[in-house]
Amino acid sequence: MTTTPLTAADAGLVSCENCSLLSRPAGADVHGHCPRCGGALEQRHHHSIQYTWALVIAAAICYIPANVLPVLTTNALGSSESDTILGGVMLLYNTGSWPLALIVLVASVMVPLGKLIALSYLLISVQRGSIKNTHDRTRLYRLVEFIGRWSMLDVFVDTFTVALIQLQPLMSVEPGPGVLFFAAVVVLTMIASETFDPRLIWDTSNVRQGHHG
Amino acid sequence: MMAIGRQNLESVACPDCDLLQHIPELAPGAKARCARCGHVLATQSADPLDRPLALTLAAAIAFIVANTASLMDLSAVGRFASTTIPHGAYEMWMQGQRITAVVVAFCAVIAPGAYILFMLTVLIAVRRPPAPHWVGELLRWSNSMQPWSMGEVLILGIMVSLIKIAELASVGVGYGMYAVGALVVLLAAISITFDPREVWRRVEWADGRVPSDERSGR
Repeated sequence: MTTTPLTAADAGLVSCENCSLLSRPAGADVHGHCPRCGGALEQRHHHSIQYTWALVIAAAICYIPANVLPVLTTNALGSSESDTILGGVMLLYNTGSWPLALIVLVASVMVPLGKLIALSYLLISVQRGSIKNTHDRTRLYRLVEFIGRWSMLDVFVDTFTVALIQLQPLMSVEPGPGVLFFAAVVVLTMIASETFDPRLIWDTSNVRQGHHG
Repeated sequence: MMAIGRQNLESVACPDCDLLQHIPELAPGAKARCARCGHVLATQSADPLDRPLALTLAAAIAFIVANTASLMDLSAVGRFASTTIPHGAYEMWMQGQRITAVVVAFCAVIAPGAYILFMLTVLIAVRRPPAPHWVGELLRWSNSMQPWSMGEVLILGIMVSLIKIAELASVGVGYGMYAVGALVVLLAAISITFDPREVWRRVEWADGRVPSDERSGR
């Protein structure tokens, strides 16, 4: 097999990300707009690697206060108690609902961390021009895209806990500063997985195969 | 408009790996996957416009109930409280977490609401082709709302907080909760039955061409 798979980029075409129409770009640098849906055309996401790195690093920085600062403060009869995300997981575990504790632990702690590691790995492998595991890396990217939204779970849990428990002066729950950083981690990593262009995973393997094959 | 076999052989580039390929004519319910990376390129729906329209109308009703009816209520020491989705975001705002309140409002109310509204407009407008080109613009907006519309995460979040609070007081489930559940199912059903390719075949192009030109011209 000496045939190199032909991509839209090889053929000098650009595929509209919105309506998937193939068209010929207006110029070498300016791709213009899709004639069908009017969306901006891009051969590859603009500065995909740089933007994605910036977002991943910003999210990694927010991940620390998100886990260290309290997300909820409970005031009951004069005493007040603050809980971090992990504290909330422990609380669920101690009250006997370990399946819920596991769901929150996975969604709030492991998924965001896993996303940061996975996106960093994808970025590094693309920057090093890796031609290995293209299929697995594409699958990893799809997994990151799919599970990212589930991290928002804890933000919703905190919101409705706060909204319902406002029984002043007996008992009230206030949100802590950790919630803001946690929401920032989720939003930033979701945008990061959108700015990352999975086609970059395949681009280097096209070039290599083209030269050697 | 006759030679269906040739017209429907549309060529696309895979959005995940950029490989050029043709999408063959598909039987209803069949999927076309990318030959190289396996990305689902197209799904042929048996009824790509009417069924999603019916589901979207139902979703609009579920959305209104989900946002106005009480999700859960609490009674403790003679006090009674209940909450709705917008009230949750409002309470976060009042407690000083304004940015978080905006994120919650966006993912729980604005994004799903906008998605339903845009889809409803698109699906009604394409019933008489050629639809004006702003319909294509709306479909693009509804696509960009989709990842931020988090109904399924929201319902799990409400359930976790319900179970947490049940440790402290007696709680009850309101109609809003059932409406959110229905909304999650309906939104998933819309995305399964809807075929955007059918809309693009009926929408006037941004550069002024009418869709039938495109089909015979290629």
